Amino acid sequence: MQPQEFWREIPQRYRLEASKCLKCGAVFFPPRRRCAACGHEKFALTRLPREGKVTTFSVIRQGGGDMIRISPYAVCLVELEGGVKIAAQLVDVEPEAIKTGMPVRLEFRKIRETGDAGVICYGYKAVPA
Amino acid sequence: MREVAVIGVGMSQWGELWRSSLRDLFVDAALAAVKDAGVDVKKIDSLVVGCMTSGLFTGQEHLGALMADYLGVKGIPATRVESACASGGVAFRTGFLEVASGMSDLVLVGGVEKMTDVSADQATRALSAASDFAYEAYNGITFPALYAMIARSHMERYGTTREQLALVAVKNHENALKNPKAQYHLKLSVEGVLKSVLVADPLRLMDCSPLTDGAAAAVLCPLEKAKKGAKRWVKVAGIGQATDTIALSSRPDPTWFEATSLAAQRAMRMAGVKPSGIDFAEVHDCFTIAEICAIEALGFCKPGEGGRFTEEGHTALGGSKPINTSGGLKAKGHPVGASGVAQIVELVEQLRGEAGDRKVKGARRGLAQNMGGTCGSAVVSILEKV
Repeated sequence: MQPQEFWREIPQRYRLEASKCLKCGAVFFPPRRRCAACGHEKFALTRLPREGKVTTFSVIRQGGGDMIRISPYAVCLVELEGGVKIAAQLVDVEPEAIKTGMPVRLEFRKIRETGDAGVICYGYKAVPA
Repeated sequence: MREVAVIGVGMSQWGELWRSSLRDLFVDAALAAVKDAGVDVKKIDSLVVGCMTSGLFTGQEHLGALMADYLGVKGIPATRVESACASGGVAFRTGFLEVASGMSDLVLVGGVEKMTDVSADQATRALSAASDFAYEAYNGITFPALYAMIARSHMERYGTTREQLALVAVKNHENALKNPKAQYHLKLSVEGVLKSVLVADPLRLMDCSPLTDGAAAAVLCPLEKAKKGAKRWVKVAGIGQATDTIALSSRPDPTWFEATSLAAQRAMRMAGVKPSGIDFAEVHDCFTIAEICAIEALGFCKPGEGGRFTEEGHTALGGSKPINTSGGLKAKGHPVGASGVAQIVELVEQLRGEAGDRKVKGARRGLAQNMGGTCGSAVVSILEKV
């Protein structure tokens, strides 16, 4: 893997940049080039709110690859304010304390190190709000 | 469009097969299907190969030409198709279209996956290529975790119980005991499932389909030609394919398999049947929750009632709607690119009355539902005894 693969996604992963359709207002994350709702092809850049709530979750007990170091770890789907949904790890909480509906906030975190060079990849993780 | 028949089916051995390569598996299944059809392998007009990711599992791509060569029929057109774990189902539909269109008269469709040349870690990584790799896999979200999140939603919204999930695995293992070709002949109890190791809660090891090496194949020709020259045949009455977002988070409801529902509606419209007209089905039980969501999307029961429908015994052999008489992906095994074609093998064996102890009495019409990822793609095929 080469750094450009991760560098390219920086706006989305660091700043939660999404695309908002200039015609119908639908918001897409990650950004798209054609609106799935109305077919329009022009968008404004927008940033997603970082606050939301957990809609479902799981605790991965058998993580593999470069995730084996952090197993067990929790993952969840988050519905952000405004309605966009995102999949993320859920950290800084004991697995037993996680509940559907709990308020969370997406924070900037290290996600993994990858490749022979150990490129450090960042992104968002959910933490209890 | 011409009507199409399946005139022969076959499978390789399924399991953890260190002595068999990707090409060995494919050729074993292909030759079994050709022999079953009673046709000369040299008469095959075209070859379709379904495979999810031989590149990540073995390093080998370019499977169309490779398999045509090793089948001893190089020169014919050969096409590899991919739609994650629905690759086999899509291969079957591709072969169907070739025959229906009049382009080819005798098509061999095969599905194959060689999954045990890599570590379990690498296999998990390869399978995660079927998810939204940059936004699900990147964040460490594995396939068991995606289905676990579907399961939790289903349980919290509809009251589906942990025991009901386990009953899917128990039933499918029970059926596999009667299928000599199944990877596992292992009787399971609800307690055994609930005591198996947690993989991604609420799913445990015995909720998950295994890693399998294997292949399956079917021979297709025009129905009119089958009636004149074939030993026996089963008609392809309907076939439908559909897509959805591959990112689970983008769906309005993670428990609803929209692509399965759309594919089923298309296949049923083509066959002129309703869910009540289907006698039995093979569905894509990559995880126990997947079978529950699939039978709901197929219209066999209402949304949210799949767990209860299972608990009441409707889906058991001898029930009102037997599901996965072969043992399903759970117990028969799940070589991902082969599973969709192996479902066709089971339908054909049932409709020809050759399913032995797992026979569905009076079966005239069977359905196969094959899906990719968390149902980002789906194929539904309906076969009929005529």
